[in-house]
Amino acid sequence: MLLNGVRSGAIAQWRASATQDRERPMAVSLRESVQLVSDPRNLDASVEEVFHLMLGVNCERTTVVPEPVPESVTAVVGFGGLLSGACVFRSGGPAAMKIAACMTGMEFAEIDDTVKDGIGEICNMLAGAWKGKVPELSANCGLSVPAVITGRDYNLHVQAPEFQLHHIYNFEGEAFEVTIVCDGMQ
Amino acid sequence: MSEIRTLIVDDSSVMRKIVERALRQAGLDPLIVHEAGSGTEGLDLLKAKQVDLILSDINMPSMDGLEFLRQIKVQNLAPGVPVVMITTESSEEHVKQAIQAGAQGYIRKPFTAEQVKERVLPLVNAA
Repeated sequence: MLLNGVRSGAIAQWRASATQDRERPMAVSLRESVQLVSDPRNLDASVEEVFHLMLGVNCERTTVVPEPVPESVTAVVGFGGLLSGACVFRSGGPAAMKIAACMTGMEFAEIDDTVKDGIGEICNMLAGAWKGKVPELSANCGLSVPAVITGRDYNLHVQAPEFQLHHIYNFEGEAFEVTIVCDGMQ
Repeated sequence: MSEIRTLIVDDSSVMRKIVERALRQAGLDPLIVHEAGSGTEGLDLLKAKQVDLILSDINMPSMDGLEFLRQIKVQNLAPGVPVVMITTESSEEHVKQAIQAGAQGYIRKPFTAEQVKERVLPLVNAA
């Protein structure tokens, strides 16, 4: 339901942008760039870029699955256009508060609106940086505004995606997960 | 340097603070900042306040940054005031649309304070 919502937002954004640009060539396809689009290095580079530039910290990719935490924060930014799907950021509460602290210079004791706002913006920048790695995608794929969910004991399930990248990263003793879900490509 | 009255338009309050901090790090001081969470709020602020610089996101609910730019022109608000777009959208198409709509500069998120300085200071000094 949530993915459908953010995807609709991204498609609307892309259509509005396409309407404004009358000179856009119509026969653009991602099918020939599928290797580049699904290259896992693009996601790693995007994460590194966003965290280094906006938080001033370095991240390293890991295969260690983070311990379950009582409360987690998930942000979703939808893709619409040549590619439909979503960029999903998920972390435990302490990691989310640390990220928001790095962004704002403030300290946080709970997952308040500023923390949610910061995590939504991180997801937005990750989605933008990731799609910016593929020129066809950069110009022909819109982003929705971020949706942020907090809670306990929930799972994200996507039915039969065309491809999915799911990476776990560590920074300063905290872990977070980034997932790119593509469920349609033109 | 006299006070630089700046309007920052972004639906994220965190990003508005980050942009403000980057402007101060870029040497824009003293700085008076007005914040708006959407293009609509930005237009209302421009009707009430005079500003010397506008920085705006593109991808926002209710009224996006490009429509905000068009409305500034249509309503003749803030004539001669430089506008810089700060956004995750970085394709040439988006830059072209922003320039056509009246933007003088374009900064891609994520950004460094140095990039803000390079793109914004010349516009402020020239205005």
